[in-house]
Amino acid sequence: MNGFMVEYSSVVFAALAMGSIGLVLGILIAVAAKIFKVESDSRAELVLELLPGANCGGCGKAGCADFAKAVASGELSPGQCPVSSRETVNAIAQALGIENNVSFRKCAVVLCGGDKNQTRNPILYNGVNDCRSASLISGGPKGCAYGCLGLGSCARTCPFGAIEIVNGLAVVHGELCVGCGKCVMACPRKLIKLVNADAQVHIYCSNPEKAPLKRQYCNVPCIGCRKCEKAFPDKFKVEGFRGTVDYDAPQLPTAEEAASVKCPAHCLLTAAEHLAVEHNDPDHENTKEIQ
Amino acid sequence: MSRYPFNISTFRGGIHPENDGKKLSKDVSIRTAPLFEYYNIALQQNIGAAPKWVVNVGDTVKKGQKIAEADGFVSAPLHAPTSGVVEKIEKCPGGMGICVETLVLKSDMLDEACEFYPRIDWKECAVEDLKQRIADCGIVGMGGAAFPTSVKLSVPPDKKITDLIINGAECEPYLTADHRLMLECPEKVLIGASIMGRILGIENVHIGVEMNKVDAIETLIEHNKPYNIDIIGLDVRYPQGAEKQIIYAVTKRKVPAGGLPMDAGAVVQNVATAVAIAEAVIEGKPLFERITTVTGEAVKTPGNWRLRIGTPLVKVLELAEGIVEEPAKIILGGPMMGFAQKSLNGSIQKNSGGLVLLPPSKVTQYSSSPCIRCGRCLNACPMNINPSYLGTVIENEKFDLAMNNNVMDCIECGACAYICPAHRPLVQHIRRAKAEIRSRMASQKQSVNKK
Repeated sequence: MNGFMVEYSSVVFAALAMGSIGLVLGILIAVAAKIFKVESDSRAELVLELLPGANCGGCGKAGCADFAKAVASGELSPGQCPVSSRETVNAIAQALGIENNVSFRKCAVVLCGGDKNQTRNPILYNGVNDCRSASLISGGPKGCAYGCLGLGSCARTCPFGAIEIVNGLAVVHGELCVGCGKCVMACPRKLIKLVNADAQVHIYCSNPEKAPLKRQYCNVPCIGCRKCEKAFPDKFKVEGFRGTVDYDAPQLPTAEEAASVKCPAHCLLTAAEHLAVEHNDPDHENTKEIQ
Repeated sequence: MSRYPFNISTFRGGIHPENDGKKLSKDVSIRTAPLFEYYNIALQQNIGAAPKWVVNVGDTVKKGQKIAEADGFVSAPLHAPTSGVVEKIEKCPGGMGICVETLVLKSDMLDEACEFYPRIDWKECAVEDLKQRIADCGIVGMGGAAFPTSVKLSVPPDKKITDLIINGAECEPYLTADHRLMLECPEKVLIGASIMGRILGIENVHIGVEMNKVDAIETLIEHNKPYNIDIIGLDVRYPQGAEKQIIYAVTKRKVPAGGLPMDAGAVVQNVATAVAIAEAVIEGKPLFERITTVTGEAVKTPGNWRLRIGTPLVKVLELAEGIVEEPAKIILGGPMMGFAQKSLNGSIQKNSGGLVLLPPSKVTQYSSSPCIRCGRCLNACPMNINPSYLGTVIENEKFDLAMNNNVMDCIECGACAYICPAHRPLVQHIRRAKAEIRSRMASQKQSVNKK
């Protein structure tokens, strides 16, 4: 029994010692918390809670917390988060009681309509299956020096699986794209642009050269005819030999308006048409008409 | 004792293609191309700053007249290849598919020459005059790099040059332009070499020629008496004519990693450059024509031609009497290091040593498979780097690892990709990494400058 005898005095001493150390440190922490108090912005925390929390960095800030701070301080507006849905942006604006001025979500668009059937590619390419590598050899295996190479660097980079290569052309699935902008960096030809996700129509051509040159290797280039600009001068603009949709305009062109232009080069398309199989089908009437 | 009256040297590594295609054109002597109606002269024909046009649309020019002047130190002027009228100066589609600034010269078919530069007695005159003449005549490295020769011959005072090497290796398959040049103008090669030796103030002038051109070596030795130049046979091995490799083969000195040939005390110049220098000095003739091999199994009659700068490639093909079958690849330069062309829109430039048209049978399409770790690329690499490892890390986009493993030392000769039994596109991977690392360095520099 002797082996189990406990000296109670030592237990009491230890308990007292630990207790008093704890008490002293506790008081110290309490005092320090009072003196060195950091004013935290409760508004920033509120915003952080509402943000998607993906820390993707698409806004240009170091992460969601940094973005929340910037929004709370008024440096950025809630709509500048590329990933947030419209509801989230509205909720943040409401919570902060501010007006939501940049309200649109962004979406990537590949400004090229030249798939395998529509373009002629004079180079026999047998190299690495990556656009950035391919573009180092004579500028890439495509007749058009500005068109989509279709080797899928953007599709592999996209963390949301929103880009697909269809018949040698990258196409964006708008409903999956969150506008993070990773594909923009991956494309060696700088074809991908982040635009207002509400934009229904785009001019799918990035080649600034003259129309006869483009026609040599592509059936669907923008020929700079200015038909769209004449019909809707505030919605389209043509610079040089290449037209673009004016994404900064107060009103974006609708699908009906685009159809009414009757683009002779078939490069003014809706996003859905760009995605559609018909467009890539050699038997499609558009294709036949051109050939 | 060797069976030849000269030494045979080489470097470590390299490959030799079994059928190097030289037999197609090596026995065809140089012919001068007739006058064509149009010449398309690209503005940027040298490494460094592009020159500036000094003529306007509508101007009448004579053969040899300066049409663009050097803009800066590392730049070279251009001269009219024939007499005629400047029809337009604009961006025209080049062979690479991108529009390049081009002068279109409509020939008047008279081929009137302007007064060339005065002749210089190269043995007596001042060294500075010789250098100035080389710069005035727009001479650039005609082996392929197109680096302004006058710059290469201006050695900074802290570097000591002991050897000048004239590169007659012509290790590229199919090309025979330098071979014919050495056979037909040995005097000019030797004079050009001596002039450069005089400019650099050195005695050790070597001419390195691969052993598949023994006739050229013999011709050079025959004419060598008054010049006393060291003529060296080099093993038949690609890339024998690469700058760092030929320096090692000839002097047994290595160029330090990231360094220039002058760090190893050597200057390398191509034989075609030597001939251009000789013509510039003793005839006062600016550089407006060059020898180009038009060859490949797809052309009807391969041959070597004296072509004016700016000759459209379509016309060049007409000289070879057209094609026998549709070419799968059109290459301006040699098949290993040349530039694949998308069309025949381009024209002959100062550095175009060859126009090679390969039929589909010669351009086998492989699909690459994973590395089998055989190590053949390590044996073949003339720069002693590890292509297989680099290929793997670059595939996984680990560019830092690639940089730590000396990817920047790669000379992109293509020996590793040629020898690889798994057909891995190693050089393309390495080029990707080099481009990526360079752009990262540039952006780093930019951000440092901003701060």
